[in-house]
Amino acid sequence: MGSTPSMLTQYDIEEVQDHCNHAFSQQEIVSLYHRFCQLDRNGGGFVSADEFMSVPEFAVNPLSQRLLRMLDGLNFKEFVAFLSAFSPHTSPQQKIEFIFKVYDTDCNGKVAFDDILSILRDLTGSFMTEQQRQKVLTHVLEEAGYTKDSHFTLPDFMKIIGNSELKMEVEVPID
Amino acid sequence: MASSSVAADMELDRPNLEDYLPPDSLPQEAPRNLHLRDLLDISPVLTEAAGAIVDDSFTRCFKSNSPEPWNWNIYLFPLWCFGVVIRYGILFPLSCLFIVSTNWEVIEANITSKTFGVKRGFREAGGPVLNTCNRMVSIFCRLFFPVHFLLKGQDKLRSKIERKLVEMMCSVFVASWTGVIKYHGPRPSTRPHQVFVANHTSMIDFIILEQMTAFAVIMQKHPGWVGFIQKTILESVGCIWFNRNDLRDREVTARKLRDHVQQSDNNPLLIFPEGTCVNNQYTVMFKKGAFELGCAVCPIAIKYNKIFVDAFWNSKKQSFTMHLVRLMTSWAVVCDVWYLEPQYLREGETAIAFAERVRDMIAARAGLKKVPWDGYLKHNRPSPKHTEEK
Repeated sequence: MGSTPSMLTQYDIEEVQDHCNHAFSQQEIVSLYHRFCQLDRNGGGFVSADEFMSVPEFAVNPLSQRLLRMLDGLNFKEFVAFLSAFSPHTSPQQKIEFIFKVYDTDCNGKVAFDDILSILRDLTGSFMTEQQRQKVLTHVLEEAGYTKDSHFTLPDFMKIIGNSELKMEVEVPID
Repeated sequence: MASSSVAADMELDRPNLEDYLPPDSLPQEAPRNLHLRDLLDISPVLTEAAGAIVDDSFTRCFKSNSPEPWNWNIYLFPLWCFGVVIRYGILFPLSCLFIVSTNWEVIEANITSKTFGVKRGFREAGGPVLNTCNRMVSIFCRLFFPVHFLLKGQDKLRSKIERKLVEMMCSVFVASWTGVIKYHGPRPSTRPHQVFVANHTSMIDFIILEQMTAFAVIMQKHPGWVGFIQKTILESVGCIWFNRNDLRDREVTARKLRDHVQQSDNNPLLIFPEGTCVNNQYTVMFKKGAFELGCAVCPIAIKYNKIFVDAFWNSKKQSFTMHLVRLMTSWAVVCDVWYLEPQYLREGETAIAFAERVRDMIAARAGLKKVPWDGYLKHNRPSPKHTEEK
């Protein structure tokens, strides 16, 4: 591997830590740097979509394409900020904000029926027909007091998902 | 009623948190109706994806260890420098001369009489050690090629001699990188209806095993000088070639494998079912092809001692030549080879289950960890089929 730990200075680590609001410890940031360098095979300073897809565990994930859109071209600092949503030190609100960003593909701050439907499509694939999906979604929305034309904003998401046991944590191996 | 059936459908599809909990911790209730919250909460799927980004078992299989920086002090550093001098200055040129003289003889034996004068000159240039090596090697070459061509009629005698010669060649190779190999277990015998499988760390696995017994091996076609050696010398032991990227090749290869095993005077067949080189700490999934041939499978476990050199050949990072150079400039290549008991397909066992059982044995013997991934993912992406299954 071309990059060695000596390329990341203490100043860099602190800057990255600041950027992700201290979601990770300094040791974890060093480990993430090793991992970033490992993934970034051509040494371009960012991990391309292709390089992410070379991790089979990631490639078989149904939401991989969506995440790739968010991950493509990120440098290391932004990469850590992206992963900070999965740290045990971030609040549930921040995690819900991350989920909202995954849904909101056009980044206009609103999530519509179609956005939710397309995520559902990614998750269920050929197990459900389009009609079934639409039916389920409409029914569930109505049950919760919304309609097919409702738009959800971040506060709506917070209200719906709430603070209850949101298990979204990832452990960074420290070697 | 429509809603409850649809809701029941949804129960199957949403990420099942119940799978991760022990059964008795679940409240025993009928499947409840789906809430909007459950639909919007994609956190388990996201967590899996993030987990894969942060660390995944597949990449770990192919990680070569980065050299740890030593604690330099006034004592260790000169010692290390001295070691470097010896390794690069003495051992390496020796190995090179050794190998080059081998190749030289091979090449000029091919061209025959014209180069007589050159050969003599070369021999004078080398020291006494090289002289004996040269002599050995030139005997090999002068025997091999004539034998190959002249004894075309008497196949049995020819193959016996060629087998011995190849074994000798491999011993030469192994000696060139000061290989110290410990063999455990009964030596493989030449019988029909048996196949040998081993874990794969580098191309030299083959040479190490070949030194003891002449195997026929199934290998990927390589470019360059390795391809040249593949075509000429290894052809004599009855190797089978394939191309990883050619899909149709698979059936042809399967047929060739089957034919080879049936014949009693062929060399025993050696297969590396991982399909690719893996760093010597993990094993990836075995391909079932080797286990479907309907014969005994004899597992062989190979473990290299990391203290001396990391024998893993990362084919994406170095060419084979660089890899050989690295081996020759290290102190020694130390490894253990265990020949394990032949295994047979059990009643009602599928080829895949059989492969897994043998992989268990090899992994247990060589102290390797098992990983549930297909080795070919190193070169290709997982197909959309796998994503659907998820």
